[in-house]
Amino acid sequence: MKVPLSWLREHVDLPAVTAHEVADKLTAAGLKLESITSYGHDVKNVVVGEVLEIEELTGFKKPIRHCKVEVGEATPREIVCGATNFAVGDRVPVVLPGGVLPGGFEVGARKTYGRLSEGMICSERELGLGEDHSGIMVLPADSPIGADVVELLGLRDDVIELEITPDIGYALSIRGVAREVAIAFGVEFRDPADVELPEETGVAWPASIGDPTACDRFVLREVRGFDPATPSPFWMRLRLMRAGMRPVSLAVDVTNYLMLELGQPLHAFDRDELDGEIVVRRAVAGERLETLDHVVRDLDPDDILITDQSGPISIAGTMGGLKTEISDGSTDIVIEAAHFSATGISRGSRRHGLVSEASKRFERGVDRELPLVASWRAVHMLAELGGATVQPGVTHAQVDVSPPRIAIPVGHPSAVAGVTYSKETVVARLEQVGCVVTDGEDPAVREGGVAPTGVVTGGALAARLAVKGDDMITVTPPSWRPDLTDPNDLAEEVIRLEGYENLPSVLPSAPAGAGLTEGQRLRRRVGRALAEGGYVEVLSYPFFSADDFDRLLLPAEDARRHAVRLANPLSEDEPLMRTTLLPGLLKTLVRNVGRGFADVALYETGAVYRPREGAAEVAPVLGVERRPMPEELASIEAALPDQPLRVAVVLTGEFERSGWWGGGRQASWADAVQAARLVAAEARLELSISADQHEPWHPGRCAALYVGDTLVGHAGELHPRVVEAYGLPARTSAMELELSRLEARMPGPVETPAVSPYPVATQDVALIVPDFTPVADVEAALRDGAGALLESIRLFDVYVGAQVGEGNKSLAYTMRFRAPDRTLTAEETTAARDAAVAMAADRVGAQLRSS
Amino acid sequence: MSDYDPVEVTPLHADEVSRMEADALAAIKSADSLDALKQARLAHAGDRSPIALANREIGALPPAARAEAGKRVGGARKAINEALAARQAELEAERDARVLVEESVDVTLPWDRRPRGARHPLTTLQERIADAFVAMGYEVAEGPELEGEWFNFDALNIAKDHPARSDHDTFFVGSTESGMVLRTQTSPVQIRALLQRELPVYVISPGKTFRTDELDATHTPVFHQTEGLAVDEGLTMAHLKGTLDRFAEVMFGEGITTRFRPNYFPFTEPSAEMDLKCFVCRGASAVPGNPPCRTCKSEGWIEWGGCGMVNPRVLIACGVDPARYSGFAFGMGIERTLMFRHNAEDMRDMVEGDVRFTLPFGMEI
Repeated sequence: MKVPLSWLREHVDLPAVTAHEVADKLTAAGLKLESITSYGHDVKNVVVGEVLEIEELTGFKKPIRHCKVEVGEATPREIVCGATNFAVGDRVPVVLPGGVLPGGFEVGARKTYGRLSEGMICSERELGLGEDHSGIMVLPADSPIGADVVELLGLRDDVIELEITPDIGYALSIRGVAREVAIAFGVEFRDPADVELPEETGVAWPASIGDPTACDRFVLREVRGFDPATPSPFWMRLRLMRAGMRPVSLAVDVTNYLMLELGQPLHAFDRDELDGEIVVRRAVAGERLETLDHVVRDLDPDDILITDQSGPISIAGTMGGLKTEISDGSTDIVIEAAHFSATGISRGSRRHGLVSEASKRFERGVDRELPLVASWRAVHMLAELGGATVQPGVTHAQVDVSPPRIAIPVGHPSAVAGVTYSKETVVARLEQVGCVVTDGEDPAVREGGVAPTGVVTGGALAARLAVKGDDMITVTPPSWRPDLTDPNDLAEEVIRLEGYENLPSVLPSAPAGAGLTEGQRLRRRVGRALAEGGYVEVLSYPFFSADDFDRLLLPAEDARRHAVRLANPLSEDEPLMRTTLLPGLLKTLVRNVGRGFADVALYETGAVYRPREGAAEVAPVLGVERRPMPEELASIEAALPDQPLRVAVVLTGEFERSGWWGGGRQASWADAVQAARLVAAEARLELSISADQHEPWHPGRCAALYVGDTLVGHAGELHPRVVEAYGLPARTSAMELELSRLEARMPGPVETPAVSPYPVATQDVALIVPDFTPVADVEAALRDGAGALLESIRLFDVYVGAQVGEGNKSLAYTMRFRAPDRTLTAEETTAARDAAVAMAADRVGAQLRSS
Repeated sequence: MSDYDPVEVTPLHADEVSRMEADALAAIKSADSLDALKQARLAHAGDRSPIALANREIGALPPAARAEAGKRVGGARKAINEALAARQAELEAERDARVLVEESVDVTLPWDRRPRGARHPLTTLQERIADAFVAMGYEVAEGPELEGEWFNFDALNIAKDHPARSDHDTFFVGSTESGMVLRTQTSPVQIRALLQRELPVYVISPGKTFRTDELDATHTPVFHQTEGLAVDEGLTMAHLKGTLDRFAEVMFGEGITTRFRPNYFPFTEPSAEMDLKCFVCRGASAVPGNPPCRTCKSEGWIEWGGCGMVNPRVLIACGVDPARYSGFAFGMGIERTLMFRHNAEDMRDMVEGDVRFTLPFGMEI
């Protein structure tokens, strides 16, 4: 909402304050300052001149005039001008040498087209009055010669642009803002809607309300004999422009002007185009209307329409129809002012993608008492400014509405704020915003009429919202504040006008909390461990494409192909919600490589979205008057997809860098598997690892990760075709693991180990096994065979070569033995080692390698 | 008394002992290596050294003379041994110093064999905020990102026709009639907390949120918020102010407090916009004549988030009796907080995952 300060001053006895001071007060009251634009303060030396002589210069590409202009000085000025829309005797704005135009543009005397030009005759655009640069601005004939044009036209002004929250529709008007300013400065407010209406007899154009849920007041007034050629007065055009609207024609400008001033949208019909009684109703399926913007619109049965006997003529409160629009030739005009359903207008405007100044106001709530006043002022302005005659009578269709009353204890605002406000303060503040306050408890629910805002009132809610207490007062909100429906709305009015800045700061004592949960701690540890381990966290978008399934080589039946689809994705290329973290990570990896980083290791933790088999397609939208039943809540949960938390890493290039110390080490499948171990270790879990074939991994370099019997993820080198599909560096490796599954399996507190004081006995063994034997199986056999005396086992060499035979490998282990209660004898140690080797021989056919 | 006939023994003469001692000390002094010192020790303090031999002769003296001779020889041996120990220490120190010099390295060589990674600043900032509240007794509450429309809108008193519920702002799942959306705010976690937890409830809920904005310098369709909720008996706006003031001080230092301005949110009433006093200029830049401040754009205050008293309608939808309980809620954008707290100027950097952006933030923020 753009508010010219001069317009405000017309309705408020503002003291000598700056626009900034006004804006600060409004911001403190909840009408937030967006910007202040100053006009005319920099303009200097622009005066009214009368054109005395015009000499047409020839020989130039365009017409050029050399004029003598009387500006009230000793001698007339000679000025060269390229416009031709003025004649001798016209009064025009002249910027004299040394003068300044808006934007700091200085004008001097200069030689041009072979003549001296002492200044410039100005167009409206040059004066900062809009875009009109088709010719110079011709002033009224009675403008005094030599007068300061800035003063004369009221060009000097400040415009405060305010951000108006959606609840306070009244503030989308000079009237509403002026009221807030008056309260803030404690000065008088003159209500532009405070107009004495004459007793009306008879009706204007016939009209009725066909659907009382669509419209609860509909007013028509008429003028005849309007001169459509009359331009809007300069002051009106200026105000419209300053308020951000484009002047169009007098009839349209009047409706816009009054909408800005009062907040009541108005519509002007060409009377000659109307056909019989006007009815406000909902659309019938199949109806169509060509609107002002030349779009033929299919109407929805929920649309609120203004219709006549020919059918729809306007989408109520949103946009008029083309046929009944006033035109250059319209002389008889019917003015409509109405009160429509806020939710109805909001739905319709959204359905048709039409947001107008009118719909913006109707959906935020308009004062139901304005239509009679606004329409009366409109016809009178058309009469005064456009030579029309006001037809007697007014059409006034309406539905009876009884306004709501809210009862609160007078202490309620204090209880909400945590400050004590006296009864006098509470009552005075509520009266300032326009409420009527009486003692006692006499609440009432609003009855009849349309939804004045989007807020649902009445019903079971009213009783649940009621606040009881001592010293009850009953508050009737004014017609322009349909947003005041609940006890807390009234509390807010008192608190905001008393000043949020005056609220004390009191720290409440929350009960002692339990800190982070085990799962929350785990997630932090995992992040830290991976970051310490060399991985950089990314937060990629969870959107992906069905093409990603193919790039990942997922088989047709793979569960990851079953993804949630968005109804309105940002990009049709990526309409799905991720079922795996890998695509986002891989794309981020490619981006980093493309930016010159060959060695990249990334991780991400985040949710994946996995639709549940057989889940309902719709999650019910429940009521809000009470707590839902457990089964109602369960019905929502059942429709939602499973959203487990995962962690994934991708890595390429050198994982250990080469340098002056020697060679580095390329990132490999082993690092990916190690990353999984790192994550599991943070959950105090040990992974069992087995070979697997699972896309998108390399079928020979893919590890399945288990906790006990539960598969928790996969790790290894990516399949070469996946590498190619994503444009990744060769041998890129990855790990993905479901953190939620680890969380569920975290063991309890660590059992303190017994630390034996006895010496260790070490034995090395080398075993020959077939080369396809998983090392994990060999180690498990050795552990199991060695028994309780085994303290630790470590694989220190893997050898393949002629010495161990074709198709075999040799695994060399160091085994450390220790007893808790004695020094082991050589015999005991050897026996344990032999048992271990025997178990390995038994399980995997291992043979002790003879040294 | 024995019948031993004492005789004069030359080596025990005072002159002789002094000579032995002087020879020994000279040899020790001239030993220029540990090996040479070892030789000197053998020659002058070993079993066969003159002084050792002299010592053996003491027993042959008449008893009356033994004490004096013993004292004489003992004194010399002590002097020799002391000289040996001192010289030994000297030579060892010299040797050690020489070895350490030989072993010295260039400690300025780089050692980035296993470079560290980093956590994303949006993650660590959420943790830091959560920690500030956990210290006040709050618990961290969580909820799904793909959420029921009822949780995301209705229960929060966002009416059916509210513009935010259109597919211009909200991602719908499946169809716009599915009743499922990508949550547009972390506020649905408030509803889940009130439905699941025993009162009183003090929770903080950081998380990912979604709106249909195209990515640019100041917008991203996937962003992060942190939301707080307290519902208890007797909570007031003054408590909300006290809580946020404390939080601001924890995050930005002593004296950095908040300012409230009236605003509108469907789920709170009264509602307020929360501004943070500029933690760089502490408000000074707003005074004409003072140097400008880039962090608050010389306004003295930084817009930080929204807050208010939980709308009793929200409590009712969760089955909490507003006649007995009241509450407050607040929320702030994490991207925005990162932008002003760390001078991050472009949201695209937070999204793209360029390691150059993330690495400097390390493990905590």
